[in-house]
Amino acid sequence: MSFGLSNVIFLLALFTAIYFFAKNVKKIRRNILLARDSLRTDQPATRWKIMTRVALGQSKMVVNPVAGLFHIVIYAGFLLINIEVLEIVLDGILGTHRLFAQPLGALYTAAINFFEILAVAVIVACVVFLWRRNVMKIDRFRKPELQGWPFRDANYILIIEIVLMIALLSIGAAEANMENPPAGPFIISSLLAPVFSGLSQDGLHIAERIAWWAHILGILAFLNYLPFSKHFHIILSFPNTWYAKLTPYGKFPIHQRVKKEVELMLDPHADPYTAPSDQSQESSEKFGAKDVMDLTWVNVLNAYACTECGRCTAECPANQTGKKLSPRKIMMDVRDRAEEIGRIIDANGGKFVDDGKSLLDHYITREEIWACTSCNACVEACPVLIDPLDIIMQLRQYVVMEEAKAPQSLNLMMTNVENNGAPWQFAQADRANWVYQ
Amino acid sequence: MMENLQDFPAVLVKYTDGLINSLIMTEKVKTMAEWAAEGNTPEILFWVGCAGSFDDRAKRITKSLASILQKAGITFGILGTEESCTGDPAKRAGNEFLFQMMAMQNIQILNGYGIKKIVTACPHCFNTLKNEYPELGGDYQVVHHSQLIDELLKSNQLRIEGGSFKGKKITYHDPCYLGRANGVYEAPRAVIEALDVDLVEMKRSKAKGLCCGAGGAQMFKEPEKGHKDINIERTEEALATGSEIIAAACPFCNVMMTDGVKNKEKEQEVKVLDIAELINASL
Repeated sequence: MSFGLSNVIFLLALFTAIYFFAKNVKKIRRNILLARDSLRTDQPATRWKIMTRVALGQSKMVVNPVAGLFHIVIYAGFLLINIEVLEIVLDGILGTHRLFAQPLGALYTAAINFFEILAVAVIVACVVFLWRRNVMKIDRFRKPELQGWPFRDANYILIIEIVLMIALLSIGAAEANMENPPAGPFIISSLLAPVFSGLSQDGLHIAERIAWWAHILGILAFLNYLPFSKHFHIILSFPNTWYAKLTPYGKFPIHQRVKKEVELMLDPHADPYTAPSDQSQESSEKFGAKDVMDLTWVNVLNAYACTECGRCTAECPANQTGKKLSPRKIMMDVRDRAEEIGRIIDANGGKFVDDGKSLLDHYITREEIWACTSCNACVEACPVLIDPLDIIMQLRQYVVMEEAKAPQSLNLMMTNVENNGAPWQFAQADRANWVYQ
Repeated sequence: MMENLQDFPAVLVKYTDGLINSLIMTEKVKTMAEWAAEGNTPEILFWVGCAGSFDDRAKRITKSLASILQKAGITFGILGTEESCTGDPAKRAGNEFLFQMMAMQNIQILNGYGIKKIVTACPHCFNTLKNEYPELGGDYQVVHHSQLIDELLKSNQLRIEGGSFKGKKITYHDPCYLGRANGVYEAPRAVIEALDVDLVEMKRSKAKGLCCGAGGAQMFKEPEKGHKDINIERTEEALATGSEIIAAACPFCNVMMTDGVKNKEKEQEVKVLDIAELINASL
């Protein structure tokens, strides 16, 4: 054990990484909470169960067996190899090397063997995913909303993961050539040892150090890449599934302020002059959503938890038949707009200044929201229980109730419902005619 | 009555005279007001819905279900002219005000008659009544007709006799508001299988079933620009199964799929029928 310059550099890197990561996570949290409150804390036991099954257990990933299986490999690699990162961090802080090797003995050898095999599996899975995205050209990875940054982002993540795993395996491979290896021998390291066999003993130590630093600094850098990437889903998938909708998919929320007003309208004893002049805070609230802050914070959490896999869009009947609507784009738009609002707040000392833009129209067009059949295929398809439909419906509510700008044919339908009690122009008096026909 | 029955497409007659005869009701269908005037309460309210009341095609589904209920000896009432739209299309279109107006007026009437149990042949009415009315003061036991028929078959209150569909290849289209929206996948399939038919699934079925294109108020507007209509996509999938009959459980899906079959010029070979029609012609 020795404390020197390298420990100082390590601690500095560690704390810088944690500091900036925490700072950016806080910003995302703030952006999410800009939206309306969402009362999703009922039935905690059920929520824990869903989170365990869907997020931890990846139950919805395997609906698509190929992608699901390889995803589980990477996910397991992430969870389990991080146990080794604990050792690496402690080594970095304490100036030790393979701290757990002595106390754990044979168990340590077994664990590292397992991690190394997993690392190889992760590399294979990442290569398969790169292949799927870049060579196979699977349709859902080629949609317009994925062009540019989102497409590159996905590739960067996979490449970084491959690099991290190669660095991890290089540590062992270099050590395997040493006269007195600090631990092992490990199966994969031994197989990879010839890569470094040309090096002198000093050269091996340098190679090992380079790999070790590349691995840990890579992890810290990757940690700070997360808040700017779709890869943030590795964190938010968990709360996202916890806060998922528990009622049947067909039950759309009842608008509470509308309920109060309609109750008042239909109450024969209500005296409009004695009705409370609506609580000022509530009456400023819009019907439906025009921008991100009009949505609920669960909607925005959904957006940040989205990893842009596009299973929703692949299942969407409107998208499959060439309409502009893509549920994935809805989620990406909500996140991008939330980020934009966040930047405006940062630039104006913590206050949002109207930028003349909004989620509706500047991000999501009316053509998109009117193409939805509310079939819930997107909701069903999402591996982390994101609900794009709830957002689409709130945007429709704004267009219809605040602006009265529904498509003409729908206005006609609604007039009929209001006047005839049916969406078509039939007289209510004829409703039971079928009995006599 | 016979005049109307002559509207029946020839292809239906191919299957059975029973399908036509089955629509002749043995008793008069009574409204809740009539039941109340007699001082009686029926076991169940049959919520007919707008399509079931006004659309000529859907009226035959309505009659089939009424006939099934009579044959099973279930007493039922309808609201008749007191029934209104549940508000579903208004809600999906974004008009929460109109939806709640409709809902609360309906709830006043339903509660006025002390309704406990409702059956409907429309998954949209089913979903709205079952899921969205309770919070507005309307708490009822709501079943879709597929669930009720399934129950009646299992309890032997209904017995399949005519074998007109026996061995026929039938595919079933899941309505979104019955399937994904409420998790009802098995009851309609059990009902179809009771007919001793060859039930074949489409490529996308149950939780992965493809919408017919009518939901979310799309029924009442032109679709947005695209390269295909959704009902054509779905109909192609149904036709690919090689089935003679596409079984539907929703009057709107029925319209969309029927249009799709016509578009593909297959109306002579393939028929879209509601599960109530299939069962009623086989009792």
